[in-house]
Amino acid sequence: MDMIANLLRRPAAASILSLLGVLAFYVFIGGVDLGNLMGAASWVNYAARIGIVAIAVGLLMTSGEIDISIGAMIPAGAMTTAIISGYYELPIVFGILGALAVGVLVGLFNGILAVRTTVPTLIITLGTLVAMQGVVLAGSRLLTGAASVPLTAPDWAKQAFGQLMFGGSHQVLIVWWVIITTIAWFVLHHTKYGNWIFAIGGDRESARNAGVPVDRMTIILFVLTSTSASFVGMCHAILFNSAQVSGGMGDIFNIIVSVVVGGVLLTGGFGSVIGIFFGAITFAIVNKGIDFTAIDRNWSNLIIGVMLVIAVLLNENFRQLALRYAPKKKSRTSEASQ
Amino acid sequence: MADQAPILELQNVDKSFGPIDVLSDINLKVHAGEVLCLLGDNGAGKSTLIKTLCGVYTPTRGKILMDGKEVHFTRPRDAQEMGISTVHQFGGTFPLMSIGRSFFVGVEPTKGWGPFKRFDRKTANEISVKAVQDFGITRIDDGDRLVGGLSGGERQSLAIARAVHFGARVLILDEPTAALGVKQASHVLRIVNEAKKRGLAVIFITHQVMHALAVGDHFAVLIRGKLAANFMKGEKSREEITDLMAGGEDMATLEAQIAGEDTELHSPAHVRTSQQD
Repeated sequence: MDMIANLLRRPAAASILSLLGVLAFYVFIGGVDLGNLMGAASWVNYAARIGIVAIAVGLLMTSGEIDISIGAMIPAGAMTTAIISGYYELPIVFGILGALAVGVLVGLFNGILAVRTTVPTLIITLGTLVAMQGVVLAGSRLLTGAASVPLTAPDWAKQAFGQLMFGGSHQVLIVWWVIITTIAWFVLHHTKYGNWIFAIGGDRESARNAGVPVDRMTIILFVLTSTSASFVGMCHAILFNSAQVSGGMGDIFNIIVSVVVGGVLLTGGFGSVIGIFFGAITFAIVNKGIDFTAIDRNWSNLIIGVMLVIAVLLNENFRQLALRYAPKKKSRTSEASQ
Repeated sequence: MADQAPILELQNVDKSFGPIDVLSDINLKVHAGEVLCLLGDNGAGKSTLIKTLCGVYTPTRGKILMDGKEVHFTRPRDAQEMGISTVHQFGGTFPLMSIGRSFFVGVEPTKGWGPFKRFDRKTANEISVKAVQDFGITRIDDGDRLVGGLSGGERQSLAIARAVHFGARVLILDEPTAALGVKQASHVLRIVNEAKKRGLAVIFITHQVMHALAVGDHFAVLIRGKLAANFMKGEKSREEITDLMAGGEDMATLEAQIAGEDTELHSPAHVRTSQQD
């Protein structure tokens, strides 16, 4: 009983329950063979793609800001790598570094505008989103004359960023996702920097007065967010041997839904890396796992919508539970046993 | 007390924003182990005065002295480093953080080495819980509890305990009891008294005269940016202070006016005038 109560107070509770709920729904209503679904690569690959960016967006959102330019940064990272190393045939290292540099630059731009102005970051990054879509399309046309660029990466780059694993169809991106999640988990929950992120999201002014370098942290988080997106794009270009210009509008919402289902408070100050991790898994299973069910694929958005609302309601309740938490009280134990 | 230099002193402080004078010619002293109650109606300039004291604003004219030496604060951090700590109405803390974590924001205790330096949750929890309990709030016994789950009084107490723990010498409490019930307010007042006993100078901003009288040693009343009264405990009665705060004579005039209107309303003279309109 106590263990369940403890679990429910955690920010990750709703995402884990959502995951169980979705699985139960697919198994009992959709007639999914669970073993089959678990062995499939499609949803894991997708979870890694959105999961890596979701971790960074989740940290940013915990600090009370949002970045929707990630949608343009995934294709931007892919196109940068493909143009530098595919079209101009420079060594892949330049392509990789180029993609990351684009991420850092856009992140710096977002971050500096966010701390220097009072414009909401939703608007700032909406601007960068649209602008980067334009830059990527026009730039690609201008430099290569096409909106799709082929790329052949050397073996070592394929192994590090693009390789399919287990002789099957699992991408190496999954390993990156797990590594990045582990690092983010350590930083957010076990270092002072994590404490600063929560404090900034809780009350920016108080955090500043307590000596937290609020502006520097905000800029760093924006840089991490857009760099993680360009990193994912770069990996995809290497894996698929090409890159295409795309809007990436779908990714924005998929990533933000994962983060919100993962229990991060939209206004900041509350969230967990484990929650975001499970949020991405849940989202990927709903989106890709539907192919394993007898349910028509077109219903998947309805399921995502319903799941989102339920998860947010659960998050709301669990947060209240966490707030009311007061241990070692007689009244509390009698309540729990009822 | 008088032979010692006051911890904090304002000399002829003015503050204007453009053409608007918000504070004019403020002289105030506060000594160690003394509670200065700053009273005044809304808009009297209390907030501006606090913000000047804690480094948000710099005075347009006049001097701020600490321990008899002139100081210049250009940002809140400067004032904090000199030991001036401000606690706002709602505790100014982070509702969704644990007690231990919020207590140490910006000065986190860590353990371990290099990149594996970790936030020391156990130490943070122990120190923060002990700091609050030392102030007599024994109900707080678990540093993992979220600050938002505490009562208003407990949050204030936590914020005050935090300021004292980190070496505050001057504690500025901005309406700490305004949003609290009677019982909660008495908790906070007890803590104010405890801080005073520990030798802190406390500047207690309020418009509840009862609360001020309970803990104050020294009272200052602000009216329209001017120091309307500055007196020690026992020199004025509660009624006199209330009158002062409400603007003294203004209040009496208003009362008379209302009484006058009341009678006028029912008088035939009033009916006559409104018919003419």
